[in-house]
Amino acid sequence: MSPARAPSGRLAARLVPYGFLAPAIVLSGLLILLPIAYTLYLSVRRIEVFGLGLGAEGRRESFTGLSNYQSAVTDPELWAGTLRIGIYGLMVVPLMLGLALVFALVLDHHRVRFRQVSRIVIFLPYAVPAVIATLLWGFLYLPEVSPFHQTLEALGLPSVDLMGQETVFVALTNIAVWGGTGFNMLVLYTNLRAISSDLYEAARIDGASELQIALRIKLPVLTPALIMTALFSMISTLQVFSEPVTLSPLSNAVSTTWSPLMKVYRDAFVRDDIHLAAATSVIIAVITLALSYAFLRLVQSRAFAQEER
Amino acid sequence: MPVARTALGTGFAAGALALLTSCSMLTGADDGTVELTFWSWAPGIEEVVQIWNEANPDIQVTVSDQGAGEEVVTKLLTASQAGHPPDLVQAEYQALTTLAARDTVADLSAYTTEAEEAFHQSEWSQVTMGTDSVYAIPQDSGPMMLYYRSDLFDEFGLKVPQTWEEFAEVGRQVRDEHPGHHITSFSSTDPGWFAGLAQQAGATWWNTRGDAWEVSVDDEPTLRVAEFWGELVEEDVVSGRPMYTPEWNAALNDGSLLTWPSAIWAPGVLSGNAEDTAGDWSMAPLPQWEEGERTTGNWGGSATAVATGTSHEEAATQFAIWLNTSPEATEALVLRSGIYPAATEAKEELAVSRPPEFFAHQEDFYEQAAQISEGAASVTWGPNVNITYSSYEDAFAAAISDGTPFTEAITTMHTDTLSDMENKGFSLTS
Repeated sequence: MSPARAPSGRLAARLVPYGFLAPAIVLSGLLILLPIAYTLYLSVRRIEVFGLGLGAEGRRESFTGLSNYQSAVTDPELWAGTLRIGIYGLMVVPLMLGLALVFALVLDHHRVRFRQVSRIVIFLPYAVPAVIATLLWGFLYLPEVSPFHQTLEALGLPSVDLMGQETVFVALTNIAVWGGTGFNMLVLYTNLRAISSDLYEAARIDGASELQIALRIKLPVLTPALIMTALFSMISTLQVFSEPVTLSPLSNAVSTTWSPLMKVYRDAFVRDDIHLAAATSVIIAVITLALSYAFLRLVQSRAFAQEER
Repeated sequence: MPVARTALGTGFAAGALALLTSCSMLTGADDGTVELTFWSWAPGIEEVVQIWNEANPDIQVTVSDQGAGEEVVTKLLTASQAGHPPDLVQAEYQALTTLAARDTVADLSAYTTEAEEAFHQSEWSQVTMGTDSVYAIPQDSGPMMLYYRSDLFDEFGLKVPQTWEEFAEVGRQVRDEHPGHHITSFSSTDPGWFAGLAQQAGATWWNTRGDAWEVSVDDEPTLRVAEFWGELVEEDVVSGRPMYTPEWNAALNDGSLLTWPSAIWAPGVLSGNAEDTAGDWSMAPLPQWEEGERTTGNWGGSATAVATGTSHEEAATQFAIWLNTSPEATEALVLRSGIYPAATEAKEELAVSRPPEFFAHQEDFYEQAAQISEGAASVTWGPNVNITYSSYEDAFAAAISDGTPFTEAITTMHTDTLSDMENKGFSLTS
């Protein structure tokens, strides 16, 4: 445990910060920037085939400019997929955050009981990996094996096939909300606990009801956290993959290009076209960045009002 | 701190040492012994390879299970690109052309003049793609046949269909008289299944003409098959739900699916997924398009290929030929791996042996299978079967859920296949 020797001389002193930065720079360079650069490189190349395309002379990799981007953008399936996750996002994000907010406010109420247990129970689904959650729900959705369907049928009630072309949105939303609410609830709840109880006391002395406290004090304080969770939920919606991929082989309702990332996966690993997949990935990344930026700009005044005040 | 650092250092050194040792193991020993790695997913293949290793001390084969089907294709392509392919690999027939197109499997024609004799023409054509090259040695085949619930057929008074027309009639009878039952299901997730049914009708999706490919996924026989099944699904005679789902397993068990047009390997699937129905199933030839015909298609089947990167091409080929033609190896493959051998002699041998346990009551199971497999249509697989298959999955899933004609799905498959080949630059004739 000998203490590090103090750096001698001005040069050494100036190099120290870089020494501390070096691991981060090297790691992010190797693990983030390099792969991004390689993806960009792959996206402007293509495989060219000659004749029957068999044997060593049959194919060659060459530069192709932006043609992969052109085929990616002109493929209607990409935009159909974007539309699908748009609808999905409009269903998931408000519902999930709304529920998370309600749970957080309820748990924060000073007279609530079983707080610990409830918090864990609401959070628990988040600990279940998406693939496993989807398989579980998949079993519950499939009419022939679902206990729900069997019960409804036994009672003579009509049942809905959640694996239909349209109803599958509900099926997927349910999985996302079930799995994601707990995490968002925890973020909001932690923020609520940070509020000094002086504020509440003052409000109560002024005669504010619990509802008024929730709406006038807690909600405004939560706004930055709500915006952050909304942003993260939006991004994870754009990147939705595991859930639809796992449901896909169970029914005809989820195609292998249901979400844009599924199309990237299919192009790269099923259709063996890594170049088109790279171009599509770049497009998705750009759209995600643009949307996140636009969203932050839109809400900036509210999000950071707290700090500026 | 110093203690921790030393421990860490030792750990690294040990890791590096382990890496070094494993590297030297891969490059082979210095005493002239050839060491081959063999990627295979066949169950029990190690025991078969053991026979070879004992008889050939100078050529030692090590089996490595790298997954099956499409997964192993992706891995092989990656390993070859990285410069470290295995020496031998098990590949499904429909993936072989893709592998040859990527120059990952070697042309073995210099060593196979004798081996060719051991196979029926329809098996051999799957490894030559109609060229003079030989890209693998056929291992097993998957001739298709009809599996049906003989107990329920008796109970419902149904006749085992000889033709597809009769199949449809029986299906309608089941729909009308026994609600909750379907004669079978049409699966949008199993392109290989549909490909086999189309082959039976005479479909030729790819062909080589000189130095160019001829592509006709939408040929007459394929459209005919698609139209037939499309109508049955629309009339709710055939269920439109995919195979290999929890629902499908339940249906196999409770008898709500009465038949399964499948391949020779079906007994393994049935005994695994519907154990309690042992003895309830029987096997018959696939229904025919014309009365009195005896044709079928293949669903699955694989071959042993030699990777281009190997430095022991001849030794690897020797092993591949032994594995798939010698009586002791094919017998062990049947016994240990449960495959249906591609070699003609091995099939004849098998024809007089006991039926699979799940079909114990059907004494002549393998005899019938041998007869059926003689009628298997020969097929040439194209270089982009992956595109065609992936197109099948989405096109048919959409057709089933939207209720659009199946023939349109075929058109989509054809267009996708053709435009992919055009884009990549393959020579094409029409």
